[in-house]
Amino acid sequence: MAHPIQNTESACHGPMPLSEKLGIGFWLSVGWIALVFACAIFADLLPLAEYDAMDWKNQASPPGFRAIRSDSHGQSAITTVYVFGTDTMGRDILARLIYGARISLAVGLIAPMIGLVIGGIIGMLAGFYRGRAETIVMAIMDVILAFPGLVLLLAVYFYLGPGLDKMIFALGFLTIPAFTRVARANTLNFSQRDFVTAARALGQSDIHILAREILPNIVMPMIVYALLIVSYMIVAEGSLSFLALGVPPPTPSWGGMIAGGKEMLDEAAHVSLIPALVMFLTVLSFNLIGDAVRALVDAREGQL
Amino acid sequence: MFRHLIKKFLRLLSVLVAVTALTFLMMDVLPGDVAYEIAGADATVEGVKALREALGLDRHIFIRYGDWLAGVVQGDFGRSLLTHEPVANAIFACLPVTLELMMISQILALVLAIPIGIISAYRSRSGLDRAFSATAFAFMSAPVFVMAMVLIYIFALKLRWLPATGFAPLSEGLLANIRSLMLPAASLALLEWAPLMRVLRSDMIATLQETFILSAKAKGLSARKILFDHALKPSSFTLITILGIHIGHLVGGAVIVESIFALPGIGRLLVGAIYSRDLNMVQGCILLITLGYVVVNFLVDALYSFLDPRVRAQAD
Repeated sequence: MAHPIQNTESACHGPMPLSEKLGIGFWLSVGWIALVFACAIFADLLPLAEYDAMDWKNQASPPGFRAIRSDSHGQSAITTVYVFGTDTMGRDILARLIYGARISLAVGLIAPMIGLVIGGIIGMLAGFYRGRAETIVMAIMDVILAFPGLVLLLAVYFYLGPGLDKMIFALGFLTIPAFTRVARANTLNFSQRDFVTAARALGQSDIHILAREILPNIVMPMIVYALLIVSYMIVAEGSLSFLALGVPPPTPSWGGMIAGGKEMLDEAAHVSLIPALVMFLTVLSFNLIGDAVRALVDAREGQL
Repeated sequence: MFRHLIKKFLRLLSVLVAVTALTFLMMDVLPGDVAYEIAGADATVEGVKALREALGLDRHIFIRYGDWLAGVVQGDFGRSLLTHEPVANAIFACLPVTLELMMISQILALVLAIPIGIISAYRSRSGLDRAFSATAFAFMSAPVFVMAMVLIYIFALKLRWLPATGFAPLSEGLLANIRSLMLPAASLALLEWAPLMRVLRSDMIATLQETFILSAKAKGLSARKILFDHALKPSSFTLITILGIHIGHLVGGAVIVESIFALPGIGRLLVGAIYSRDLNMVQGCILLITLGYVVVNFLVDALYSFLDPRVRAQAD
């Protein structure tokens, strides 16, 4: 599950009828992700309740609940509408979902970037210079790959303690081997091409060849791969938060919200199931987008 | 063949050493340790120091690691820093639960994946195939804890068919035992079947193009006989490999599932030990999980080269 490394996609290259063209599913996914992004970015501007304000009189109230309370003078009544209800501590679920999206998106987007840059550079150098260094580097990457991801994350939490930055680094680290492999394989392929030989014959330096001839060619497959990793990262973050080993409270995160409603699942299922649905839709959307873009790029490469 | 396996075996050992050494090293570099945890909030500096000496935490890291490793080789994983129970005892008490959970979930996943994969390949590109593919895609996007919550909600709370949490040991009867593991195993299986189905489907489509399938058809064999007796075995090599790789997913999933369903397995033991910063217990669990993982991968690899003559030829 929360295993960002083993890319099952590559193992099952069977043609997915779903991904043949950018169908309606793709555009719905883009729409959903755009909405989540917009909410996360403009969260402070939206007319939302405080995500950590607890309304002790209205715990686990259902979606659409109108809470009426008198203002500080006991005069006029103030109505608050909880669109998605409140959680077991009486906090507004909508507000927590939107602020939680910040955590999921930050982890989902930044962690693959770490792997992309570091793994990309290592993989390019390994594929370009070959030799004993390449053998050793790839053996180390195999060792990292050979480890169950979530257990490594738990180990990292155990030793580093909680924190968003640490989690992003740990997840990013976990993606390095996979990116190294993708970068190396593509570099190996392009290093044999005529235009690299030509650049060498013209007396171009290695750095010039790597940056100007090889890099532009391997960027696209790397980005496609990064896109496929995003949903793994979001699930991994959710898993840690679900186990209460993610970002420390009261900062909301989707995994933590789902876990928070577990005790009241029978009486107030929405406390868990609304965040669960949001998380599922987001992961599904990222998967659909990644899959569609990969199919598109594969088809284009095939035509060349 | 043997050289290939020996190479794999050496890699297996190096993974284990690297992982345990790394966890030890990180423990040393980072602040805070279990001595404070045991001593409590009102401990004096001297008290903590004495405790550290008693636990042997003040010795050099290489000596401690060597000590621990020597113990492990002799089957001694040390004692829990919190309860003083031998780590090996705690782990072996939990191990059967996790193994049973993983076994049932793998069986459920295969029960779903094999028939659906075969039908999808046989009726490739039909409406049914598309529907199955879309379903598989959706299931691959549901995190295990989301799946578990939905299953609890439907089958335990609304339909009241199965218990929501808790574990019934075999002593309470086989049926009660399996019932208590049904929802946790299903949570894992519903996640695992989709990739299994997809690899089987694509391998099967390739197999169905082969001439021996054509000759079987010409002999007038029924579709069911051709699919199950002739096409399934040569189509299942990748499936077997993926099964091995997925042990890693399952381990991660088991940690979460055991926590949700309150199953006394390795995953719950590990998470509990992390909460209480019980180093010896964490080390023992991580070592065991890694060991299980690499050994299974090693066996799958050996099985794979045994089953598929092409791999065997390459390795020699």
